[in-house]
Amino acid sequence: MSKKITETKIEANDLCVYYGAKQALHRISIDLFEREVTAFIGPSGCGKSTFLRSINRMNDLVPTARVTGNLYIDGVDIYHSSVDVVELRKRVGMVFQKSTPFPKSIYDNVAFGPRLNGITDRTELDRIVEESLINAALFDEVKDRLDSSAMGLSGGQQQRLCIARAVAVNPSILLMDEPCSALDPISTAKVEELILELKKQYTIVIVTHNMQQAARVSEYTAFFYMGHLVEYDKTRKIFTNPSKKETEDYVTGRFG
Amino acid sequence: MEQVTTPSPAQKHSFVRKTNNIGERIIERCVKIIGGVAVVLIFLILLFVLREALPLLMGAFSQPRTAQSSVESSLSDTLNLKPEVYNPDVILSEHQAPEEFAPEVYNPDVSVPATILAEKVNTRNEADGDHITLANILGTIWQPVSTMPKFGIMPLVIGTAKTTFVAIFIGAPLGILAALYAAFFAPRRLREVIKPMVEILAGFPSVVIGFFCLLYVGSALQNLFGFDFRLNAFVGGIGLAIAVIPIVFTITEDTLSAVPKSLLEASLAMGATQWESAYKVMLPAAFPGVFAAVLLGIGRAFGETMIALMATGNAAMVSTSIGDPVRTFSATIGAEMGEVIWGSAHYSILFFLGVLLFIVSFTLNAVTELFVKERLAKKLQGG
Repeated sequence: MSKKITETKIEANDLCVYYGAKQALHRISIDLFEREVTAFIGPSGCGKSTFLRSINRMNDLVPTARVTGNLYIDGVDIYHSSVDVVELRKRVGMVFQKSTPFPKSIYDNVAFGPRLNGITDRTELDRIVEESLINAALFDEVKDRLDSSAMGLSGGQQQRLCIARAVAVNPSILLMDEPCSALDPISTAKVEELILELKKQYTIVIVTHNMQQAARVSEYTAFFYMGHLVEYDKTRKIFTNPSKKETEDYVTGRFG
Repeated sequence: MEQVTTPSPAQKHSFVRKTNNIGERIIERCVKIIGGVAVVLIFLILLFVLREALPLLMGAFSQPRTAQSSVESSLSDTLNLKPEVYNPDVILSEHQAPEEFAPEVYNPDVSVPATILAEKVNTRNEADGDHITLANILGTIWQPVSTMPKFGIMPLVIGTAKTTFVAIFIGAPLGILAALYAAFFAPRRLREVIKPMVEILAGFPSVVIGFFCLLYVGSALQNLFGFDFRLNAFVGGIGLAIAVIPIVFTITEDTLSAVPKSLLEASLAMGATQWESAYKVMLPAAFPGVFAAVLLGIGRAFGETMIALMATGNAAMVSTSIGDPVRTFSATIGAEMGEVIWGSAHYSILFFLGVLLFIVSFTLNAVTELFVKERLAKKLQGG
């Protein structure tokens, strides 16, 4: 098997994010690679979620948020005025900490994105829904009740449904904001398996508080602290031989 | 001698019932009583309305008397009224012809045959409201005060339906869209102004809305659409819509705001626009509240009296055009109850209209709650 050549998918360049007068991110510069899983770790409030949310411009929803610097996806500056935020978000899917199934049927949840893109053909939708649910390792559990409400699923199933919903629009990047923090170990294991499976097709960025999870699923890890990017390297290196003292303290559990 | 003290059960544990919660118990009792009184009051109102309509429902006015018997009864009535007789010389006999008591005839030469007179008396009796049949009630003419009153409620049914439909078709969409705007699109400052303003409108005296429609909306719409009548079902419907919008708006806005913001975020993150998120995710999620809002709106439009009284033109006519004047149930009760003869057929039928109002709104609620709501919810929110 030939060694995969990694290409830069997301490139941040001196990115700063402010909430009102408070600066949440300080001059972040980082390259995230295509079809790899990158984990963001760090204590709460360190800015890792803020950075994640600036990749699909969810920070725009915060009225006081302000962004300086540049963030490129496939070489396009996504904060340029010519960028359509809606189109951007269709390319950059997101899974949240709290599972957020819409109060609709399982089928309609997964078909939500494709329908937004104007797909109305029933057989085409059926195919996408089935494929997405298979990709999210949920199909076997729900195939007999696609028309029942998504609210009846368990927490782990709901989270995988949200992943299915996110991949149904075939995004190129998948952002995950602590996707397993509300799940039990078995569901977590399933989602992690899924992440490893999905990285064949998608560039995945995952925020996590769980070091083991970061070590298990990611190829690269970035350690954030106080709004600064402290260290970014191969996951193996971060966890075995970090070059910064703060990183070592954090990953060994001495603080945070 | 050593005294063994066995601890009483109360001393054994620390869960002894304390007596210092008497105040709380009194409050609890008061709340229960007040709640009970409210329920009983509503029930009593229904009972009262039913009781007054009962003679009609039991058929007290539906026994047509024969011509002969009615003549006889009017005759014997007259016999009992001795002091009213102006000519004491006339001796009244049992078999006296009714002609003797005929209305004053201005041309004494013309003698009215007994049969014709008897017929007249008969029709008069029917017309007096002593004869109400189903056919009469379901008739198309509402003419309760007349020498030949007619109690056909069809024009009232049609009138109520027309104004209610107009009110809901205008009021519900406007209320819901306004709520969507306030909840998801309006800047925060503006929302803080809009919401209380519309809520004040909900408490606006309906007589003012009626007056406004009577004076301005009527003329404006007549100029705009060229209605034959200035006050008509459409004007009344608009007036009712003004009353309905704040109700629909307030409840819808409340339920929309109660939907977790995480759903909105998730939808936006899927690449939905603000409008798509509001319309396809948040509105279905808030569906039960929106449904309740529309139902309450229908109830208001249906039962609203003052606006209907002032702005609809109040003519009980059967027509399908919304440009014609109408008369609604509630307006009929409101307008006629004050001057009706107590205990008469007209009085009874007005209460009967009240019963109908109750039955319709009860049925509407029951049917939608049991059938429509579930189906709509399944369609919008999945099974």
